[in-house]
Amino acid sequence: MMKIHEGYTERHVLTITVDNEAGILAKIAGLFTARGYNIDSLTVADISEDHHVSRITIVTNGPPPVIDQITAQLERLVPVHKVTDLTESGAHVERELALVKVSGQGASRSEAQRIAEAFSARVVDTTPESFVFELTETTDRINDFVARMREHGLVEAARSGVVGMMRGAAGA
Amino acid sequence: MSEERSGAAILVECLVRQGVEFVFGYPGGAVLPIYDELFGDHRIRHILVRHEAGAAHAAEGYARSTGKPGVVLVTSGPGATNAITGIADAFMDSIPLVVITGQVATNLIGTDAFQEADTIGLTRHCTKHNYLVKDPAQLAATIDEAFEIATTGRPGPVVIDIPKNVQVATATMSDAPAQRPKRYQPRTIAAADEIAEAIELIAKARRPILYTGGGVINSGPRASELLRQFQRLTGAPITSTLMGLGAFPADHPAWLGMLGMHGTYEANMAMNACDVMVCIGARFDDRITGRLDAFSPDSTKIHIDIDRASINKVVPVDLGIVGDCGTVLEQLIAAWGNRGLLPVAEWSAQIEQWRGKNSLAYPQGKSSIMPQHAVERLHALTRDLDPIITTEVGQHQMWAAQYFGFDKPNRWLTSGGLGTMGYGMPAAIGAQLGNPGHLVIDIAGEASIQMNIQEMGTASQFRLPIKVFILNNEYMGMVRQWQELTYESRYSNSYSDSLPDFVALAEAYGWKGIRIEDEADLDASIQAMIAHDGPVMVDCQVSKEANCFPMIPSGAAHTEMLLYGDMVAGTMDDEAKALV
Repeated sequence: MMKIHEGYTERHVLTITVDNEAGILAKIAGLFTARGYNIDSLTVADISEDHHVSRITIVTNGPPPVIDQITAQLERLVPVHKVTDLTESGAHVERELALVKVSGQGASRSEAQRIAEAFSARVVDTTPESFVFELTETTDRINDFVARMREHGLVEAARSGVVGMMRGAAGA
Repeated sequence: MSEERSGAAILVECLVRQGVEFVFGYPGGAVLPIYDELFGDHRIRHILVRHEAGAAHAAEGYARSTGKPGVVLVTSGPGATNAITGIADAFMDSIPLVVITGQVATNLIGTDAFQEADTIGLTRHCTKHNYLVKDPAQLAATIDEAFEIATTGRPGPVVIDIPKNVQVATATMSDAPAQRPKRYQPRTIAAADEIAEAIELIAKARRPILYTGGGVINSGPRASELLRQFQRLTGAPITSTLMGLGAFPADHPAWLGMLGMHGTYEANMAMNACDVMVCIGARFDDRITGRLDAFSPDSTKIHIDIDRASINKVVPVDLGIVGDCGTVLEQLIAAWGNRGLLPVAEWSAQIEQWRGKNSLAYPQGKSSIMPQHAVERLHALTRDLDPIITTEVGQHQMWAAQYFGFDKPNRWLTSGGLGTMGYGMPAAIGAQLGNPGHLVIDIAGEASIQMNIQEMGTASQFRLPIKVFILNNEYMGMVRQWQELTYESRYSNSYSDSLPDFVALAEAYGWKGIRIEDEADLDASIQAMIAHDGPVMVDCQVSKEANCFPMIPSGAAHTEMLLYGDMVAGTMDDEAKALV
């Protein structure tokens, strides 16, 4: 019998600056699908004063040669200016924003509030039986936070996906 | 000076400024304004095909035989979707095309309008780049950039989708080239330290091999000259992929023949045993490498390619050099200096021993013409005429690659990467237009030729004296061969039933038709084909059971080649079947 094999993979955070033109997001997302690469998260926003450049952050995983291929394939798209592999480049900051809604009363509610304080989450909405917390943190910390809230009346969580930047003076 | 012109007029003017001689196309509702602009404009010749796939392949044939970009014009919806096979083919084989597709008016996009298709979405991953132009003021800059992208760096197809109202609306067009940011800057020159490292590695080689591909052809005729010069300086033996044939003369003593699945024994054994491999403009395709973990296990690998994404894609290399093949060869030649020939006497002796296997030998046909022999005769009788050969896809394509010796670039046009049946005749039409007076022959199979057989009408209309030489074995031969080797000769749907009478068909289109049934008539019939001043279709009836050898079976290594006469079990395990 024949089996499909899966190998060792690594998580990488890529930031991509692109011409802000129609279809570029479809092109990039489609490239990942067409070539069988993974997208764990993808964020995109216009970052330039004249609205001509967008910055995309993609969290992907794959074997090291595949990560190298992803960078090369992205670079050959005409509207792509630059691809930086933050994971490869060294010290960098990664942040994700989460909105987390919990509902409950009594002990459960105060426990949720106590955990939120411990995580330095902000309360952005409150009713007598619910909270919406806002947390800007690393992916792991947000995972922890959401896991904890699951035990205290989690209704839903919305996450932005990762954005990242190199530490130090230089730009990506 | 500048004046107000319609989008359609701007398009035609831009094509003229780009030096476009021919547009291969087919009219339809969403391109009527452009066709009206072409009416009575004699600066561009429109070649009316019979199916849009034919337009794209004809443009490919024109591009590959002339080195100039091929231009296609088709309507929206089915016009665009029909052209996609040719666009995908050009993408895989790095052929420069600019494809203009009509689109429904901008206010109708997304409404499922008549003949609407999301051309940009459909072609996103089979083009080098594509555009939807929503403003006629952006047309000129877009077209200029499209030509630049199609023809520079790794060449490829670019689609420009133009809604009908953008063709009608007007914008100011200036006599000066449109202003645009220069955002596409492929790297063409290698860094000095990369060249130095390459030279150092090559100089240490005792069992070197040059493994070249279509990149050398795409780089222009000078790259082929430089390749020959570099080979002369180093004395390294040389092999090539299907796409690279013609860059190095097939009658040269250092030539090993094509490598890969149907390559020669000596080429594949040399790839396996070499100590330094210099890959120039090839991409380690699965048809080349055989089983990856057994591919050239002990060699130091240098890979020169203009596309950085080709380097380390399937085979990790020791030194990757991003650059244009011609430019990098020039740098290598300059850096080689007076190092002289590599000491390859022992290696050459080993290669001669492999060559002694005579891997292209085939048995004589008992009562039928062997297809290999037909190709050999075709070569012998046309070689002095410097012909351009196109092919369809299958056994006949491999026999053409194996037995027709090429000695110049741009003379061999075949669908390599995508393997598109139906490529050959439209490609021959494009090649004939780009090379008037040249002998252009499509070596075809009876199954493939039917995939774009409607293009016979195009050849008739434009009085193109192309020759179609069909090796008719009444089977989709390559499928039949795989079924014989892999599925115990269960010939599932690979028999070419209900074939047309190709001679009568030729005559119906105003061509000359010739049938060859007897080997004794082969030479005279080929001569008659060449002598006829007009299109000719030859139905050469060949052995039905002839197979294409040598062959690296699916999932096997270079050292596990099958030669003609090897016993074959007729089965294969699932792992090998899945590799195809």
